[in-house]
Order: sequence, then C-alpha cells, then structure tokens
Amino acid sequence: MLRTIAEINEKIRRGQAVVVTAEEIIGIADEKGVERAAREIDVVTTGTFAPMCSSGAYLNLGHTAPRMKIGGGRACLNDVPVYTGFAAVDVFLGATAIPDDDPRNKIRPGHFDYGGGHVIEDLVAGKDVRLEATGYGTDCYPRKKIETWIRLEDMNEATLFNIRNAYQNYNVGVNLSDRTIYTYMGVLKPDLGNANYSTSGQLSPLLNDPYYKTIGIGTKIFLGGGIGYVAWHGTQHHPDVLRGDSGVPKRGAGTLAVIGDLKQMKAGWLRGVSFIGYGVSLAVGIGIPIPILSEEILHYTAVKDEEIFAPVLDYSEAYPQRKPDILGEVSYAQLKSGKIEVLGKDVPTASLSGYYKALEIANILKEWIGRGEFLLTEPVAPLPGVEAGIEFKPLRERPIE
Amino acid sequence: MREDIAISRRVVLHFPPSLADKPIMCRLAKDFDLEFNILKASITPKEEGLLVVELSGAAEDYENGTRYLSGVGIVIQPLSQDVIRNETRCTHCGACVVLCPPGAFVIDPVTRRVEFDDSKCIACGVCVPACPPRAMEICF
Repeated sequence: MLRTIAEINEKIRRGQAVVVTAEEIIGIADEKGVERAAREIDVVTTGTFAPMCSSGAYLNLGHTAPRMKIGGGRACLNDVPVYTGFAAVDVFLGATAIPDDDPRNKIRPGHFDYGGGHVIEDLVAGKDVRLEATGYGTDCYPRKKIETWIRLEDMNEATLFNIRNAYQNYNVGVNLSDRTIYTYMGVLKPDLGNANYSTSGQLSPLLNDPYYKTIGIGTKIFLGGGIGYVAWHGTQHHPDVLRGDSGVPKRGAGTLAVIGDLKQMKAGWLRGVSFIGYGVSLAVGIGIPIPILSEEILHYTAVKDEEIFAPVLDYSEAYPQRKPDILGEVSYAQLKSGKIEVLGKDVPTASLSGYYKALEIANILKEWIGRGEFLLTEPVAPLPGVEAGIEFKPLRERPIE
Repeated sequence: MREDIAISRRVVLHFPPSLADKPIMCRLAKDFDLEFNILKASITPKEEGLLVVELSGAAEDYENGTRYLSGVGIVIQPLSQDVIRNETRCTHCGACVVLCPPGAFVIDPVTRRVEFDDSKCIACGVCVPACPPRAMEICF
C-alpha cells in the first residue's frame, strides 16, 4: 500500500494533497507511467450527472395543531402523490411520481411536464410547494384535512435517499422498428435513426473503481451539489457480469444507494426531467473521490473511453420483451465520436448523461478537497463484489389459482 | 437575385387580423426581388397570422422589403429572439443533437458542451418536448 486514507486526509488538511480529475489522470498516467503517477497523486475525482429514476426524499413535515395523522392517509406536494405509509408526518417523495390527473400516455406520447423530480428541484430551489393531505382521524390525531404552503426550510428533516444511482455502465438504446418510440433512453427514431447512451464513461464513479476497492458503505461523496454518503449497494447491484480489460464491466453492473441532507443541496445539481412518452425523473449530480492507495487503484482510475464498452440493445423489441439479444458492443470513444455502426449502418449518437456537467462535478470535488474542505472517509463495510455471486433475478410469475 | 451582396435572414412575421388574408409575401418577390422560404405558417383563432420565413436577397432589397412589411403593420422579429435555450435549465446532455432536423445543436468535441446555433434553427419545435430538462422555449 502506498498510503492510507488517514495519511491522505492529513495532506488534505495541510492543503498539500495532489488531486486530479478522472479525465486528467488519463494523460498523467500515459505520460509518467502508472508507478510514478501513483506515487505523486493522492486522490482522483469522478463525476456523473444523469437521470436516475430510483431517487427520492423522505420528509418530516412537522405537526399541526390539532395533530393530524397523514400516515396511512393521502398526501400530495404540488399535486404529486407522496407515500404516507409511515408515522404521522413522515412522507416519501419519489422522483417518478406524477399527479393523479396527469393524462399520462392516454394520447401518445404523453408530455409528463411535472412530477416528483420537479418537486424535489423546487424544494431545493427554496420555492413554496402546496401540501394537501387527508387522514382518517384518531383520538390522538383528530385532524382530517390540511392544505398549506410549505417549503424546505419549514421541514424538520428532508433527506435525499436514492436507492439506485450511479449505474456502473449502461445500455445503448436503438430502435429497429419502423415507428418512433419514446423510452427512458429518450426518443428513438425508427430504423436505427439514433443511438442513445447514458453514462459519463471515463469520468463515471464506478467505472473508475470497477471492483469497488475504495467505494464502500460510508464513502463520503458529492451529492446534488452538497455532501452525501454511500448508504448501501443500490438495487439491482449485480457485479458478476461480463468484464473486459482491467475488469471494467461491459454491462450494467454495480449500483449505489446514496443519502444526504437535501437542505444543503443545490437545485442546479438536482434537476427534474421529463421524458416524452415515458415519464418524469430526477437528474442527479454525483461525484466520488477515489483515494490512490495503490498502483492498482491508480491503474483503474486511468481507464479511458476507448477501453469501456457498452451493449447496444433494441428498445422496440429485445428490451421490452426481455430478450437477451444484443446488437453488438461499442466503446464510449465511438459513442462520443457522434456515430456508431450498428448492423452495418452508421447511426448518430446522443447522450442523456451530461459529460460537461459531470466534469464540472469532478472539478468542484477537486476544489473542495484542494481547499481542505472535504476529507475522505474510510468505508465502514465493502460493497458486495463479484465473489458475492449475486444473481440478477427476473420476476418469476406464479399464477394465483 | 443579385449574387454579390446577398444576405439571408430567418425572421418571424406577426400579421394583424386585418392583414392575415392579404397577399403580402408575393410583393416581396415582385417588388423587392426577395426570395422567401416558408418554414412555418399558422393563423390563430383570433385570425392573427404567424409566418416564419427565411428571406434572401441583396442587402438593400432586404432593407426595403422589411421596411415595406413594417409599414403595412407586420411586426418583424429575428427568429433567434423567439427560439431560446434557457441556459440555467440546459444540462448539456445532448438528447437534442440527434433529433434536430437542421442540426442546430452541436457538441463541442473537447468540452462536450452542447452549443445551440440559432441561425440554423427552423423553429420546428421538435426539441421542446424532447429536451428532458425542458430547456428549449419557443415564444411565438
């Protein structure tokens, strides 16, 4: 081991830590070699900014007088329903929730202009939102109805808790059918009209730590413009997939559950997004520092777009029908060139993940560490790795007789 | 059309109800030697007309032609004033790049920033609902 996290933190406190982004490290490792780069560099910062649907926030609204049990009742914020199956005034606001009267896909494609992701953005922006709730009334909680404005600062706790973020690699979506389709991978034009992808590639946190050697439970991160932590592995965490050189997954693999105080986050890094014909979501900004504890870890962080491959999937048939067929593999360097070849045809590419913003996040995190404001944490437990043998199970239906 | 000092501008013309049924555009060709390419045309329920056109011709003819349009009561705005990207909402993801028919969105290969070239925009509106953070606005 070259250094410990405690030693890196000591350097951060003294303002002497050498911090570079996951983009900068590529050139440095090429020029100096992994061994020398690993001796000189203490931390590599990563970043990603993309729609992440399994995001949400739990909120404690505070008690009214007389008291009201919203728990088990119904509640909406700006008409967006929140989950109330907790105690009296705790609710959970999910990123993809939409108002009951949203027409959805009744006339395709639906527009999905406003939903849970937008409420989160509005709360973080300090805006008033309309709380409407009904309860059934009890002896200890007699009140049955409330309509009031509320804002983030009025709440006791407002905690962003995203149960699956920062997917380690993802599909490239295309459309083989003869009609436009509207997906969570964006608008896919017919007959291979475009190919959409959604990771920040060489900047992406888990693509820079493919075997979760430094990122674990308790890792302190940039989350939504503020500070957050890795809470657990995310849902669908599935490390045991096809991997290429240096162990970089060639399919969607690891995921993170992350948590942080919404009150110190910033609206620019939590952005409500609408996918025409699909629904709403929340674009989340995440940045994770990787301590260079060994040459091996530095080698992982020097991964470049040319070395990261993603599978191309047909979202008109293979994906919806859960067929395993892929149409090929392409590198992020090819994807970023503006076109890829699929079935012998040149297909223009577009991203749903903002690399420009991801780089901004990696740079902000680099500045925070450089200024001595952000210390690294030792994970309290590792994320399950390949050896855990986690199986990604489909839902096997058992008909109810 | 004289080739030497040709200019080409994309403009939005707002017709008051009194002019919506009058032959106006043909006079640009006949009297002012201007070419026009209609990108979009509509009449509102109140019978106001809206025409998005590309006007091409000699600089002097363009001046005279647009002066004529203003004179008869048509409000002229550059198209770039009416199709706007909300810079704070744009996340530079690039979802728009492959959908825009005239290719008005371009990704800078180095910074990966998405640049919007409003001079290429034809105000078709495809980008508006397709932009996930809804950063594109058409104001007419």
